[in-house]
Amino acid sequence: MINEELQTLLSSWNFELEFTEEESQFLNISVKPEELYGFMKQLKETPQTNFDYLFCLTGVDWGTELGVVYHLESTTFRHQIVVKVKTADRENPAFDSVWDIWRTAEFHEREVFDFFGIKFNNHPNLKRLFLTDEWEGWPLRKDYVDEVNMVIK
Amino acid sequence: MKIVSITKTVHDWLFSIMPEGAASIVEMVLIAVAYLAFFAVAGLYLVLLERRVAAWFQLRLGPNRVGPQGIFQTMADALKLVSKELTGTIKADNFLYNLAPYFVIVSSLMALAVFPFTQEFQAFDINIGIFFLIAISSIGVIGILLGGWSSNNKYALIGAMRSGVQTISYELSVGLSLLTMVLLTGTLQLSEIVEVQKNGWLIVQGHIPAIIAFMIYMIAGTAETNRAPFDLVEAESELGAGFHTEYSGMKFAYFFLAEFINMFIIAAIATTIFFGAWLSPFGITDSIPWLGVFWFLGKTLLLVFLMMWFRWTFPRLRVDQLLTLEWKYLLPINLVNIVIMAILVWLNLTIKF
Amino acid sequence: METVTEITTRNFKSQEYFINMGPQHPATHGVLRLVLTIDGEIIKKVEPDLGYIHRSIEKMSERDSYQQIVHLTDRMDYLSSHINNEAVCLAVENALQLEIPDRVKVIRTIISELTRIASHTLWWGVMGMDVGALTTYFYGFRDREMINDIFEETCGARLTMNYNAPGGLMFDIHPNFVQRVKDFIAHFKTKLPEYDRLLTGNVIFQKRTKGVGILTKEDAISFGASGPVGRASGYSCDVRKHHPYSAYDRVQFNEILDTEGDTFARYRVRVQEMWESMSIIEQLIDNIPEGEYKVKTNAVIKLPKGEFYQKVETARGELGVYIISTGTKNPYRIKFRSPGFSNLSLLNHITVGGKIGDLVATMATLDLVIPDIDR
Repeated sequence: MINEELQTLLSSWNFELEFTEEESQFLNISVKPEELYGFMKQLKETPQTNFDYLFCLTGVDWGTELGVVYHLESTTFRHQIVVKVKTADRENPAFDSVWDIWRTAEFHEREVFDFFGIKFNNHPNLKRLFLTDEWEGWPLRKDYVDEVNMVIK
Repeated sequence: MKIVSITKTVHDWLFSIMPEGAASIVEMVLIAVAYLAFFAVAGLYLVLLERRVAAWFQLRLGPNRVGPQGIFQTMADALKLVSKELTGTIKADNFLYNLAPYFVIVSSLMALAVFPFTQEFQAFDINIGIFFLIAISSIGVIGILLGGWSSNNKYALIGAMRSGVQTISYELSVGLSLLTMVLLTGTLQLSEIVEVQKNGWLIVQGHIPAIIAFMIYMIAGTAETNRAPFDLVEAESELGAGFHTEYSGMKFAYFFLAEFINMFIIAAIATTIFFGAWLSPFGITDSIPWLGVFWFLGKTLLLVFLMMWFRWTFPRLRVDQLLTLEWKYLLPINLVNIVIMAILVWLNLTIKF
Repeated sequence: METVTEITTRNFKSQEYFINMGPQHPATHGVLRLVLTIDGEIIKKVEPDLGYIHRSIEKMSERDSYQQIVHLTDRMDYLSSHINNEAVCLAVENALQLEIPDRVKVIRTIISELTRIASHTLWWGVMGMDVGALTTYFYGFRDREMINDIFEETCGARLTMNYNAPGGLMFDIHPNFVQRVKDFIAHFKTKLPEYDRLLTGNVIFQKRTKGVGILTKEDAISFGASGPVGRASGYSCDVRKHHPYSAYDRVQFNEILDTEGDTFARYRVRVQEMWESMSIIEQLIDNIPEGEYKVKTNAVIKLPKGEFYQKVETARGELGVYIISTGTKNPYRIKFRSPGFSNLSLLNHITVGGKIGDLVATMATLDLVIPDIDR
């Protein structure tokens, strides 16, 4: 399915979505945090889309907002999309976990939690993955300052 | 034909120059020293042999720098091990922890005593020779169990438990395969077993069941010594170093030496029971009795090489496969084999020259 | 009537215990720590504890220029260092919309495939060692050495090679390159059957690997398995086929698939892949086009504003590079989707219920490179 068809199909679903193809080779879809889980589940389970392969899950600090970017591919149709979700809450950011839709998300979400402090609701084992449990702060956030260990040019 | 025996000469000479009691004590000490020396030298050179054989299999050169062809390499290693610090864990059961290596090394040293290296060159010709060997070889496992348990390390404990389950299982096969051959000889005394073989080595006399017994013996014997493909006890890719994880210096060296001496013992038993001990093939050197040592060691080293060949080409079994092999295959085959051998002996179908 | 198992469980209560496998353990091939929950020899739970070799390459990249990032990425999956660098270079080149000469594409492909063979030979040696056959290690290294010599002659490094640069290659190939690659292919064709004779056909090896660590196709996709791990489960996931890059669209090769999904299937897929890699090299080595080895780029590369994603097939699977650029000389955010990370995440799923020996064999066929997981 090419991007236009996908866009038409997805717009017919009952979600509040924003589409853009600018500055990216994929079709980008922004979704509201509270609709994330339902939308993702539908993407996976609808036979026409069948996005069964989550090949990349990235946490991003957009400066004011924190977000997660999901790169999805269908192994049957080989079409790819990007789903983005953002929140302005920097103190206590939380999204729904998608680990039961794509099992690979379990580890990737732990990595995002480790570096960005984004919490994932219903995650089975949400704790630091790379860093020690005592670590303070979220290193990949743009406002993270560590005067001892970090070299900044 | 009266053959002049070295041991007999020494024995007579000793008894002629001093009172009987003192002579026997001196004799015992002499024999003990001789065997200890043999133990150390054989152990060290088996290690060197293993390393060179391994290198040969693995497209390497192996140790060849210390002395000509590296013959002093293992001595240098032993020297290093002697001078190393003896470490241990804090919560180890110290008494058992220190005792364990001696169990292992004493049991293999005791087993060495009964082998007929050549005619009348045997420290202890006991009339239940084979029985003694089987009994002694089971004591070594106690040392491994103690060492693994007392060092207070989970890896060592798993290794020790594996060792227990493995040795106890495979002892059955070792014993039964030797028992098969005892049906042919009618005696447990090693010197008499050699005597019987003057009519043809037992592996020829007993032909098919004897070959089956030999194969089972070699498999089970390799397992008894905890060597690859049965090295689950150490299994470095699974357990680090297994039961001797926490041992260092000379205590580790005892375990290490004992492993190699055990390999020698297993091969030596096979030589004695299946391949005519010190007897030369077709009696070509019967007139020169001291050449028996050469034949005995030659055959034993050939079997040792076979075991090294196993080690450097086979992957390791898994613990449940190890037990399946013993209890579902080797043991039933062995039992049937004994019956076949009994029928063979009863109907007098053995091959004798 | 009670079964034997019921009687034993009633009379002998077993106790689960924890055991730390790693961070220094021979089978974890680096500083991976697995916290195992074990009942006797049976594994109840495997929990990886990561971060022992984390160097935060992603954070460092945010401060570096694109040329500098290339020098960090070969330290991730050091066994496919060239392919890692290629991923970053391709992402940057696509973003700048540079026209890359054919010569560069072909040379990159040849070296990528050599890297893949080198990685697989090392894996094969270590795989044998993990199941207890120590000799395989030296056979693998014998053949890998020839490839490393070729790399050394080409760019000076044997392992973490920095031969790629955004816009092409650092320098042209050595005059001996073609001949030495041909020599290697001729040599390796006679040696690869030895691998099968030494290990593949061994009864103990087959018993150890067949039916162990089974990964179904559905799970493989769900866990994001890629590379030989995914393909052994019948999941067609070869990036070289589905999203061709460099010169992969002009060569003929088969994507090796297996259906069993067990440890032996993963083993078989990797050994077969070495044959395919040789075939790819043979198709290209005689036809390296003449031309420039590099296109001119600005001394300071500034990517246009936007998001760029590039995936390549490393020896371990799908490596993704995700760059978010704001138009400056540094990436705003760069993410490496490493194959080892996803492959590790399924370890618990496929090893629970097996023995410690199974865990080691399974882990060997996942072919984990810890710096690739930790980044």
